[in-house]
Amino acid sequence: MIIDWFPLWLSLRVAALATALSVLLGIWIAYVLANRHFRGKEFVDALVTLPLVLPPTVLGYYLLVMLGRVSPLGKIYESIFGGPLVFTWQAAVIASTLHAVPLLVKSSRAAFQSVDHSLERAARTLGASEWRLFWRVTLPLSRRSVVAATVLAFARSLGDFGTTLMIAGDIPGRTQTAAVAIYDAVESGNTLVARVLVLVLSVLTVGIVYLANRLEHRQPAV
Amino acid sequence: MMFARIAKRFAPAPDSAGFTLDVEFEAQPGVTVLFGASGAGKTLTLDSIAGFSKPDAGRILLDDQILFDAAASVSLRPQDRHCGYVFQNYALFPNMTVRQNLAFAAERQPRLERHRHVAEMMERFHLVELAGRRPHELSGGQKQRCSIARALIGSPKVLLLDEPARGLDASLRAELYTLIRALRADFRIPILLVTHDLEECFALGDALLIYDSGRIIQSGPPLKALDRPASPDVARLLGFGNVFDAEILALDPGRNTSRVRVREREFSATYFPGHLLGARIVLGVRSGDVRVHSLPGDNRMPAKLNGVVEQPRGVRLEFEDSLIADVSRYDYLQQRDNQDWYLEIPPDAFRLIGKT
Repeated sequence: MIIDWFPLWLSLRVAALATALSVLLGIWIAYVLANRHFRGKEFVDALVTLPLVLPPTVLGYYLLVMLGRVSPLGKIYESIFGGPLVFTWQAAVIASTLHAVPLLVKSSRAAFQSVDHSLERAARTLGASEWRLFWRVTLPLSRRSVVAATVLAFARSLGDFGTTLMIAGDIPGRTQTAAVAIYDAVESGNTLVARVLVLVLSVLTVGIVYLANRLEHRQPAV
Repeated sequence: MMFARIAKRFAPAPDSAGFTLDVEFEAQPGVTVLFGASGAGKTLTLDSIAGFSKPDAGRILLDDQILFDAAASVSLRPQDRHCGYVFQNYALFPNMTVRQNLAFAAERQPRLERHRHVAEMMERFHLVELAGRRPHELSGGQKQRCSIARALIGSPKVLLLDEPARGLDASLRAELYTLIRALRADFRIPILLVTHDLEECFALGDALLIYDSGRIIQSGPPLKALDRPASPDVARLLGFGNVFDAEILALDPGRNTSRVRVREREFSATYFPGHLLGARIVLGVRSGDVRVHSLPGDNRMPAKLNGVVEQPRGVRLEFEDSLIADVSRYDYLQQRDNQDWYLEIPPDAFRLIGKT
């Protein structure tokens, strides 16, 4: 029997995009949480962490309500792109991003805050703007944690099931990611397909987690 | 020049006593030493000048620029204050080489000038051979030179040095002192140096600010402070081991002498201007000025030896009633078997440190 590799490619594509989005979003949120003082900061932190602890179906339901065809956000998207957002692979990207962002926020915030304070003070007395201080000092010194979190975020995105199923559905050839395809294959008794996909995903994620650990614990090169 | 009036209050917390900083001083080009025990507010003063800590009240002026003015709600960002700050841990960027650390500080300058300036400073601070190294590959002294060069590259209007000699051995310390003296001559800016090392004050200071619990208790040239400590507290900080209550018995301005009663005994001392017969005063005697004998004599008082402490440059003898004498090891070996001890205080060793 011929194995359809589309779900795997879709998963990789969705995970790559979601990772890129969550890196941008996660670093930004982490920077704000680490450097700004405002009311409700820890509430924002808790809110960002929520996707890590909520059941994926709950998260998926929220997304459906927020981005569905009758919601304001869904209508805006539809008017711009000419089609609904839900039950497309783009919706899967959003679901995965949501799962990956907390990983990046958590480790990046901790890493930014553990950068020696006197280095940031020194950069300021030397005339560096906050922007230059961040890009030239804080981020380079935190890059090990950020890279490790990025790799984990990719693995997490690759394996998302519940939320993706809720908001992107299970449309073979369009929104069926590898994790969803495995469920589908088992349900319909396609043991071989299930086994192959399970094996590929397992090897991939073990490799990724191994890489993340290596990155985090390697002797500092600086 | 620089003027600062800084007041900041930290309320007492369950795990810490409160602290109030309330200081006012001027700093001219040259080295102004901020001297005092740890926790006296010296580093907090530097941080307020650099803009890391916001005073509750006061005003900080640098040349003709207002860095901070509580009344007018002016508080410039650290980026705009033009203060060179040399941190205790040097704060070199570990992800950059020596050259990149310097270049980082020069980025506000025009490109052409930048390269020349970085090259000049590398030359000036003997960093050329180390240009490609990262901070973790440098020795303590090299890190320090790099850190000072980096602080100076942006042509700051004031240089702030936070305990620069801490953790350096004696030879590196001497090297640092030479370097700072050279800076004083080459860069005509105020240099504020925090230390709790007395020798450093005298080796480097053009002016001395003595800190005690958030206040400046004496300021002026270091030698003047040593000659005329403003209070028993200052005397204690300046290493006067011996403080006496005394009464003036005779004054002879013509011969520049006086007689004083100290601990029921009469002593000769130098003349004390501005004090009358019978006045009760406080006198300090540096432990190094006290001489020890086995027999009584002029200007001597008996004392009972409590303990002997070896020190790098001699021996510290501790007597009853908190009298201290620092003597050379040779003197001590000559007299270690004394039955009785008599402390001689030469007339010019008595320093007036206040009235009772």
